[in-house]
Amino acid sequence: MSFDLNFIGILIGAIMASSVPLILAASGELITERSGVLNLGVEGMMIIGAISGFALMVITDNLFLAVIGSMISGLIISIIFGVLTQSLLTNHVATGLALTIFGIGMSAMIGKNFVGIPGKEFPLLFVNFKENIPFLGPILFGHSIILYFAFLLPFLTNYFLKKTKIGLIIRAVGDSPTSASNQGINVTLVRYSCILYGGAMCGLAGAYLSLIYTPQWIENMTGGRGWIALALVVFATWSPIKVLIGALIFGGITILQLHMQAVGLRIPVQLLSALPYIMTIIVLVVISRDSRKIKLNTPTSLGQIFYKEK
Amino acid sequence: MYKNFLRYVISVLFFLGVSGQANADFKVGFVYVGPTGDHGWTYQHDEGRKAVEAAGIKTTYVESVPEGADAERVIRQLAQSGHDLIFTTSFGYMDPTNKVAKDFPNVKFEHATGYKREHSNVSTYSARFYEGRTLLGHMAGKMTKTNVIGYIASFPIPEVIRGINAMTLAAQKVNPDIKTKIVWVFTWYDPGKESEAAQALIDQGADVIMQHTDSTAPVQVAEKAGVWSFGQASDMQRFAPKSILTSIIDDWAPYYVERSIAARDGTWKQQDTWHGLKEGMVAMAPYNSAMGTDLVKEVEQLQKDLASGKTHSFTGPIYDQKGNILVAEGSVADDGMLAGMNVYVKGVEGDIPQ
Amino acid sequence: MIKIEKRNDVSPSIYFFTPILAIFLTLFGGGIIFYVLGFNPVEALKFFFITPISDLYGFSELLVKATPLCLIAIGLSFCFKSNNWNIGAEGQLIFGGIVGGGVALLFYGHDGFYVLPIIILSGAIGGMIFAMIPAVLKTYLNTNEILVSLMLVYVAKLLLDYLVVGPWSNPEGFNFPETRQFSESARMPILFNGLRIHAGIFITLITVFLSWLILYKTYLGFQIKVSGLSLKTAKYAGYKGKTMIIIVFMISGACAGLAGVGEITGPIGQLHRNISPDYGFTAIIVAFLGRLNPIGIIFASLIVALTYLGAETAQIFLQVPKYTGQVFQGMILFFLLGSDYLLFFKIKFLGLKKNEL
Repeated sequence: MSFDLNFIGILIGAIMASSVPLILAASGELITERSGVLNLGVEGMMIIGAISGFALMVITDNLFLAVIGSMISGLIISIIFGVLTQSLLTNHVATGLALTIFGIGMSAMIGKNFVGIPGKEFPLLFVNFKENIPFLGPILFGHSIILYFAFLLPFLTNYFLKKTKIGLIIRAVGDSPTSASNQGINVTLVRYSCILYGGAMCGLAGAYLSLIYTPQWIENMTGGRGWIALALVVFATWSPIKVLIGALIFGGITILQLHMQAVGLRIPVQLLSALPYIMTIIVLVVISRDSRKIKLNTPTSLGQIFYKEK
Repeated sequence: MYKNFLRYVISVLFFLGVSGQANADFKVGFVYVGPTGDHGWTYQHDEGRKAVEAAGIKTTYVESVPEGADAERVIRQLAQSGHDLIFTTSFGYMDPTNKVAKDFPNVKFEHATGYKREHSNVSTYSARFYEGRTLLGHMAGKMTKTNVIGYIASFPIPEVIRGINAMTLAAQKVNPDIKTKIVWVFTWYDPGKESEAAQALIDQGADVIMQHTDSTAPVQVAEKAGVWSFGQASDMQRFAPKSILTSIIDDWAPYYVERSIAARDGTWKQQDTWHGLKEGMVAMAPYNSAMGTDLVKEVEQLQKDLASGKTHSFTGPIYDQKGNILVAEGSVADDGMLAGMNVYVKGVEGDIPQ
Repeated sequence: MIKIEKRNDVSPSIYFFTPILAIFLTLFGGGIIFYVLGFNPVEALKFFFITPISDLYGFSELLVKATPLCLIAIGLSFCFKSNNWNIGAEGQLIFGGIVGGGVALLFYGHDGFYVLPIIILSGAIGGMIFAMIPAVLKTYLNTNEILVSLMLVYVAKLLLDYLVVGPWSNPEGFNFPETRQFSESARMPILFNGLRIHAGIFITLITVFLSWLILYKTYLGFQIKVSGLSLKTAKYAGYKGKTMIIIVFMISGACAGLAGVGEITGPIGQLHRNISPDYGFTAIIVAFLGRLNPIGIIFASLIVALTYLGAETAQIFLQVPKYTGQVFQGMILFFLLGSDYLLFFKIKFLGLKKNEL
């Protein structure tokens, strides 16, 4: 057992790798939620992305197509949610739940022929630096391009929401669809776009699992990460940067727990695993008490059906 | 795998020739705990079912049957719908299997990994996977440079503890300096978690990884990290061609074919089967030549000795962690002791989770 | 002006017509899926929806499966009707199971008529307490109940895991993650020999009746409905609603807790890691399919229970993959929610006429 600096670097690198699907899915869902839409179908969209990405990899033998395809599949499956909640004005909670159940069943159906096929090696970047630079090497280098994208995404999202006009529109729609509509914003269109974007990011998160993290297809391989991503958005109080921090904390708890076991420490595994959920509830309580903080980031109209009166 | 397949074909042809006229309505049912697409535990049982099918016997299966209230209904439904022999392939089906067996005395039941045979039409069967673990321990002890062996464990049940002990004893025999590091993931099957556990063990200095969980994720991690690994349940070689030294294969096919034919021909009798390398229920995938021809020969010899009974995985003297003697010098652990094993042997670090 | 608004004056016939339409659309969609998968759609649908209940045993199994679903959905209907989005019924079910199971283990080896009622009651209280967490947080700290109740599902699951793996595991059970089998006195009485249908169904039926009574014959029920129609209206009418929120969550949690305790004292007979195959989530589908109406929920629970049984039967007889059951459940809800739009259309159309007049 060596707790030197390099080891800590390796540890951080592992935590980063495990947090990627959470960052991607949560960043996507964050945009969706900021527009006032609560999509509980994250797990369903992720698993669809996982199988589509893997299936495309097998069929086309092209990782680029597989990654793009997984995003498109996530987007397509989220259209169902969009049509139902935006055009047919259905309840967000029920529709999202149905999407998850449907997605898990559907992915198993598509995946039947892709079981037991090994994945392709996904290229990792700057592997030389990883091995030759102590501490910083394993943190900064030797990752897949999707990891770099995932770690950039929260910053891009933050900039997008705060500094661009479209970002402002999305926030306006999420905070008060009625007044946004009165200002001539097409609320439905904005929300549709945000739902589709969320779907694409969830699809990518799924593809990270089936193409890079555990390169293969296995039924139910997302294993509840979609639900954790949902928790993460709340934990982060709808702030993209905090999504990044939260994902590292969530991923960190799992990884550290395993390391503590490996060095022979006796720990109540289940209680540690429950920690992210309990922390999310605590954060939720804290932010909800302070009305200023809520106003800062929480989309006020979250989960509420909006229909424009004509 | 090809060798196995050839064996099925031969056994099938043999049985077809011998048994001649088959009972056309004879049907065998299988109840699985996971999806057939898990590529692990359930997948291997389904391979066994396919071998039965190939033997000319009709089979049916129901997958992803939760171990709760649903299991009894599924088993009963299979019994009711004219299945003559039913394999229930998870520990959690133990009580439901016995319950249904009571109401269907003419249907035969085979329950995997359990210990309750409350009615004369219930048999139990399991495999001596620990024999495979002994081979793994031997290879791990020889191959490790860091002297740290990483072990991904599922639940602290006797079967898993037996595997840890058998592996450690064998590894110690060839390399007294080894340390076994164990991570409990409390799941049989979660690729993400298994892969994180494997990575954690590697980062903790393990250069040989083995798993008592079902997904192929750990061997893929080992491949990427350039450490040695062993496949579990099925031959996982194609998932980690460089890293895998061998896989322990759960080969249910010969047993399933034999029992199905016995049931069809009316020679089925209640029994408690615990088969190992000898009978082929535990099989080893081809050994990786990367470990050198000498070691391969050694392991092959050990495999033969284990199969013939010349060597036993738990040969005394064996001490527990506190130094109390578990198995006296010159004797071997009996099946009763193996079946209820709940202490680590000396040399395993840490405590069994309670 | 045309107003698209949820109105109460939608004729009941349309209101109950859409679920039926959704079921037919699902059958149609399911038929297509079967066809694509290479099965004869008619035959597959027959094995899916008719064969499972073609004998007495099958019918009793349908009731066994529907019992917890109906119970939870009834509880959820109180929440949903009043715009309280409790989606953590699964957690409340598990926590009820934990408390009830703990009491059952405490009474291990005891005989006596009082044992089972105490267990059932403690299960209900367990679920109730667990549901009060999101309720109290929502009323006093303004915390979003959807997310809190969802997070608590995982907390409950992990707690159950911890207990059955560790402190509560069967001392004679070789460390397998499960408790002892409960004593006979802690088990739900079986109603008919050879069938698994148990006394839990009476609990469900009594709950259905009581909830109908509460929803349609009491002031609380009126309050619930009004606050569900529009938060604004409820505020104008002067309802504070805090007590009501807590009460609906308590009812909902108690129902889920009862369902959990009914499962462990009924068909399961012990605690282990999988006491519920996501009944708490499936019950949300049931609640919507049943239109949040007690009678509707009875029928909906039977239909959804049938999708489980059907998936098994179709696999036994036709080797139809098991996951088609999930696809069906998803589709039913999609179609139901989607066809609700018909309600809006009707209103819109009528509104147009009125305005033109």
